Amino acid sequence: MRSTTRLAAASLAAALGLATLAACGGSDGKKASGTSGSGGRTVTLVSHDSFAASDPVLKAFTAQSGYTVKVLKSGDAGAALNQEILTKGSPRGDVFFGVDNTLLSRALDNGIFTPYEAKGLDRVPAEDQLDKDKRRVTPIDTGDICVNYDKKYFADKKLSPPQSFDDLIKPEYKNLLVTENVATSSPGLGFMLGSVAKYGDAGWQDYWKKLKANGVKVDDGWEQAYNTDFSGSAGGKKAKGDRPLVVSYASSPPAEVIYADPKPAEAPTGVATGTCFRQIEFAGLLKGAKNEAGGKALLDFLISKKFQEDMPLQMFVDPVAKDASVPPEFTKFGAKITNSATVAPDKIAKNRDQWVKSWSSLVLK
Amino acid sequence: MAVPLAFFALFFAWPVAAIVGRGLRADGAWQLGRLTQVLGDPDITHVLWFTTWQALASTALTLVIALPGAYVFARLDFPGKQFLRAVVTVPFVLPTVVVGSAFLALLGRGGLLDQLWGLRLDTTVWAILLAHVFFNYAVVVRTVGGLWSQLDPRQEEAARVLGASRWTAWRTVTLPALGPAVAAAALMVFLFTFTSFGVVQILGGPTFSTLEVEIYRQTAELLDLPTAAVLTIAQFAAVGAVLAVHAWTVRRRESTLKLVDPAHTARRPRGAAQRTLLASVLAVVALLILLPVGVLIERSLDTPGGYGFGYYRALQDAGDNGSFLVAPIEAIGNSLQYALAATAIALVVGGLAAAALARRGSGRLMRGFDALLMLPLGVSAVTVGFGFLITLDEPPLDLRTSWILVPLAQALVGTPFVVRIMLPVLRAVDQRLREAAAVLGASPLRVWREVDLPLVRRALLVAAGFAFAVSLGEFGATVFIARPDHPTLPVAVARLLGRAGDLNYGQAMALSTILMVVCAVALLVLERLRTDRSGEL
Repeated sequence: MRSTTRLAAASLAAALGLATLAACGGSDGKKASGTSGSGGRTVTLVSHDSFAASDPVLKAFTAQSGYTVKVLKSGDAGAALNQEILTKGSPRGDVFFGVDNTLLSRALDNGIFTPYEAKGLDRVPAEDQLDKDKRRVTPIDTGDICVNYDKKYFADKKLSPPQSFDDLIKPEYKNLLVTENVATSSPGLGFMLGSVAKYGDAGWQDYWKKLKANGVKVDDGWEQAYNTDFSGSAGGKKAKGDRPLVVSYASSPPAEVIYADPKPAEAPTGVATGTCFRQIEFAGLLKGAKNEAGGKALLDFLISKKFQEDMPLQMFVDPVAKDASVPPEFTKFGAKITNSATVAPDKIAKNRDQWVKSWSSLVLK
Repeated sequence: MAVPLAFFALFFAWPVAAIVGRGLRADGAWQLGRLTQVLGDPDITHVLWFTTWQALASTALTLVIALPGAYVFARLDFPGKQFLRAVVTVPFVLPTVVVGSAFLALLGRGGLLDQLWGLRLDTTVWAILLAHVFFNYAVVVRTVGGLWSQLDPRQEEAARVLGASRWTAWRTVTLPALGPAVAAAALMVFLFTFTSFGVVQILGGPTFSTLEVEIYRQTAELLDLPTAAVLTIAQFAAVGAVLAVHAWTVRRRESTLKLVDPAHTARRPRGAAQRTLLASVLAVVALLILLPVGVLIERSLDTPGGYGFGYYRALQDAGDNGSFLVAPIEAIGNSLQYALAATAIALVVGGLAAAALARRGSGRLMRGFDALLMLPLGVSAVTVGFGFLITLDEPPLDLRTSWILVPLAQALVGTPFVVRIMLPVLRAVDQRLREAAAVLGASPLRVWREVDLPLVRRALLVAAGFAFAVSLGEFGATVFIARPDHPTLPVAVARLLGRAGDLNYGQAMALSTILMVVCAVALLVLERLRTDRSGEL
């Protein structure tokens, strides 16, 4: 038996070794893939799954600062932040990107960030700087969660698409809307918070009662609502979706154009501009970061004009810096949102669990 | 014995204990009051109840539908058998969100059933149960069928010659021999459906929730670790109870069997009964597995300009698609490497564990160890993933950002399969053969190589196939640890589905189709390996 064990240990080692070889073999040509650069030339950005940046822009950062960015994505926005809270003090990276205003208080209360004032912050509007006094986080982008509509459906029916929260409970829009579970989806949560902002603590539950009576459908996640049930999206068309209204983003119509081949002259979907909730995403320097200097340089870069102008077509969000211009697809196919609803982060933090609970028992049962 | 124990202690027990402990301890004191508080919540009791009964129903339905399949694949020869056996395993690797969408296309509004009979099953529990059969059909066909094809049919024939009816012969000879394999399959299906996540989320809508979904929500979304810890313990207790029942029912039945080369046990179907059985099994496979898979393939080819390979070609450029630092097509290579590494680890760890268990499997300690090896199937990926984060965070074991974490996490799920598939076969090997070899002076290694290996080679390949398929399709743990420059196929599919637009959706379908093909080809290669060497048996 003893010799079996030794053999086993040897073969486990061999298996691991083999696996190492296999993995290395696959990553040839990408030299920065290992943990090399421990001498502080690498700066690690931890983010959620939706983070994206184009290669030339990341290279420009390296050329300008000398640091190579290593990106670590870890689940959706909530999960990614929670992992940072769990590993507080011994973070996996230097900078965390992707905490939004609905989660901001949780991040700040847990003290995972070291204050730092990024260079060029004066180009960011004051209303987006939600931690202005302490500078623990830097705003990077904004986005709007809005109801999207299927243009063809409303044209065929000669019905004008809804514009506001109030419209959605009208009888002509019965059984048309699909939204997401507030407990498991960030657009779902944003839409609910929008209703809270609009109707207040006293009225939002009543609004949802009416919405339910008007036949709102609830899916668990955005993927299913948008790609399967929404009749206006590319996926929904194939899946024979029958809901011409969906809770999505203001940037979804431009995406429907950009990711179409051939590109249509007009977006197939539109935005109900009176149903929007404003999301602001922040980044911060992680407490205990191994490469603080690199992290600071990266934060400066994230609000630089170069990165800000790259962002819209990578992550489908709007830049926060005033001097960054948006790509023509956004202005041409997207909607201009001027009256988004917001709820203060500390109010969200205080009431979130209770609101989600009330919403679940009201809408799901 | 030491290797599997160390592996499980380090990569499973420690992380899970740490995260549960983090949840249940506050200010240096155990908060056991949370236990009754959470379990007393009517919402939670409802979740527990639903989780249990849907798992029992799914397991029963899977056994009823798949056992005839196991027989057909084991005992009948028909054209395309190997190919079909590989195909039924394909569902295993498919991302649930993709399968959910295929099932909705068949069972939902405007779907096939709707068009034919006006019947809609989406948001009913039937959609969940059928999808569970879809995912787990292969578990029964491969674990039970694997052993069945190696049982000597002459034993049953002997019973019939002695006057037993066909049914009596089957019941008294074959069934007892198959017992442990059926129990093992049922156990795995139960564990998989008990911890079902994506299927329930998509097909059940937000009104149905399993314990696993609840643990994910509490951990990943709400960071309510105390509640998550209580739920994890509840899941542990339930899984532990199932394992105990399993150990109790199976213990007496495992016996030495005469195993033969599967190549000689299968025959062309004879008689109306066998032909009907074959036809009905093929019909079930076609309806339940080929049809949903076909829907996905159809969608991957359905480009705006008519049917074509446009989406497949698009997979090659990383250029304007910012969700990837590399072209999505590279995910294939990554997935294969990870899955190979994970399979190697699972085979070594699981094989050693099974060998140790088979040899000294009667003691109470060993039975405990046996159960321990199954636990990873019953513990949620998010618990393990978050556990990794807070335990493996110091050199030399700061593996949190290392690529090795992906195959390690995948191997954790693959190992129970290896153990469960190997164990009945290893136990069936006549101990006297090993003793004879030892008496003749063979070293333990030589005994293993000359006696066990030739007899278990087929089981080993079946186990490898499962471990590989599980690793290829694993998503829950991988999504937390896969590095963005090395996305796996399921992770890449999820990212594509997470964005609006025709091209993204089409690429997701194309990549899912590739995932299916890669899996099917890999399994076919494994089957091929077996037939090439069967002469040695």
